Amino acid sequence: MTTVNAVSGGRVSWWRNPWRKPRILAAITWGYLAWSLLPVGIAALFSFNSGRSRTSLQGLSMRWYYGDPSLSVLHDPTRQGALIHTFVLGILTTVIAVPLGVAFALGIDRWRGRLPAGFNFAMLMSFVVPEIIMGVSLFFVVTRLHTPLHAGTAGQVVGLVTFQLSYPVIIVRARLLTIGKHYEEAATDLGASRLGAIRRVLLPMLYPAIFASTVLVFADVIDDFVIVQKLSAGAGTEPVAVKIYNTARGAPTPALNALATLLLAASLIAITLGYLGYKLLSRNEGQSSIESFAGQV
Amino acid sequence: MRRRRFLWVALATPGVLWLLLLFVFPFYVVLSLAFGTLDPLFLSPVPIWNPMHWIPDQFTYVLSHLAGAAGFYGPAILRTFAYVFIASVGCLLIAYPVAYYVSRFGGKRKGMLLVLLIAPFWISYMMRMLAWVNLLQIDGWINKVLSFGGIFNVHIAWLDGRPSTVILGLIYGYIPYMILPLYAGLDRIENSLLEAARDLGASRWSTFRRVTLPMSKSAVVASLLLVTLPMVGDYFTNDLLSASPSTAMFGNLINTAIEADSQVGKGAALLIIMFVVLLAPMLYYVRMTEKAEGGAV
Repeated sequence: MTTVNAVSGGRVSWWRNPWRKPRILAAITWGYLAWSLLPVGIAALFSFNSGRSRTSLQGLSMRWYYGDPSLSVLHDPTRQGALIHTFVLGILTTVIAVPLGVAFALGIDRWRGRLPAGFNFAMLMSFVVPEIIMGVSLFFVVTRLHTPLHAGTAGQVVGLVTFQLSYPVIIVRARLLTIGKHYEEAATDLGASRLGAIRRVLLPMLYPAIFASTVLVFADVIDDFVIVQKLSAGAGTEPVAVKIYNTARGAPTPALNALATLLLAASLIAITLGYLGYKLLSRNEGQSSIESFAGQV
Repeated sequence: MRRRRFLWVALATPGVLWLLLLFVFPFYVVLSLAFGTLDPLFLSPVPIWNPMHWIPDQFTYVLSHLAGAAGFYGPAILRTFAYVFIASVGCLLIAYPVAYYVSRFGGKRKGMLLVLLIAPFWISYMMRMLAWVNLLQIDGWINKVLSFGGIFNVHIAWLDGRPSTVILGLIYGYIPYMILPLYAGLDRIENSLLEAARDLGASRWSTFRRVTLPMSKSAVVASLLLVTLPMVGDYFTNDLLSASPSTAMFGNLINTAIEADSQVGKGAALLIIMFVVLLAPMLYYVRMTEKAEGGAV
């Protein structure tokens, strides 16, 4: 059949060609990308709506960002507060979780035995456990026990650090695996102390991994929902994600879209800067791929 | 030898203490509440700290209300597994072709395609749901598109407790977490193997079925776990896209229970049940990661 076609027509129909272009796969891929990104684009577009509607565009304006004297993100203290609170949580969590995780990764990687294997297991469990299980168990600690830990900013940061700790650990351990031990051994053979070898040889080699986990943790925290919701203490400590959850099904103005869009912009800026910085840091290693920056652990 | 180890123990200790205090201990609090009792006067939960004195009352209550006339827990739990199953399969059916296309046929556009695939990963889950809440309003853009510019009169109440909306929301929400590990797995397969298959006469389909598919099995399993585990604990997707008890999921049961004092014990028991149900897949995932780290005992 194919040969007849090939002889008579001079060329085969495209679906009989064994080297045809994968048009169906291409269509699925582009269709998926449109489906996944267009709705968000439309939501961002509506944040510039000059009317109150979230279903029909009535012209474009900056009303919901700063124009409106009482309802815009700039002039509504609860929205502005939510945005600030989101960044406070992001920064505090990152500052605590990354050093804690890097030290844990180094220690656990070299300290051999059953005990560290058990701790490593606990860390991996904290990575796979559904967020609701961790969130609710911390919610019980905060509401049912008399401990110094209370709901609110402190509780949220503590919960987020617990949830994020595994990120730097897994990323740094993966890097330690590729680095191996010989650089460190060479340094100690040449007279460096053990701590000196870590500080002056191993740590600089880990900078890209540490930097990547910093950006990943920050970007993940500002998008987090379950833990911050379970550990928030009233409207004053609700970050953007919780505000969206609370008001999306009511009758929100496009100011909610504006708030979400600002958060989106912050995430994307953080990730872009992070990626560029990561490329710069790991430029001598020829392995700075986009995938390694996608939370791929 | 002892001195050497001291450094690693010291480095790991802060992280270990954090995990023990804020991940393992809170879980013990959940257990103490779930196996605890109720203050007869104030109807507030009283945790029992000594495992020797644990009472299984809360579990008996929850288990006896799984099925039958008073069975208000069972339907939601069954529904959760049905939704999660359909949504996971749906995710895989979309994610696999997309990941396959980008890894095999991305060509010059690979970098850009990857950026587009990663983008939803860094857009807040809540914003992505907000986008759909707006589009699915009765006078929203979806109904407008379906009415073909007013030819038909479409007033579908998408957000009024429809299982299909919740399942599509779950697919939309979790699919980015699946595409990336799938892509990484597919991208690792050597091109030369696939070329060898084609050169030896295998068609595109049989190359896929007999080489690519078996080689991507572990990536498929890992990516399925990565979306299934959090989906089981999801309550916010249902809250935002349906808000009706008729589509309530496992997470919603827990979320509602922990709000009221007298229900806290039941909430804790439900949380334990969720943990136990998910234990096998969680352990499987942890095992896979430990193997990849190569350091596990």
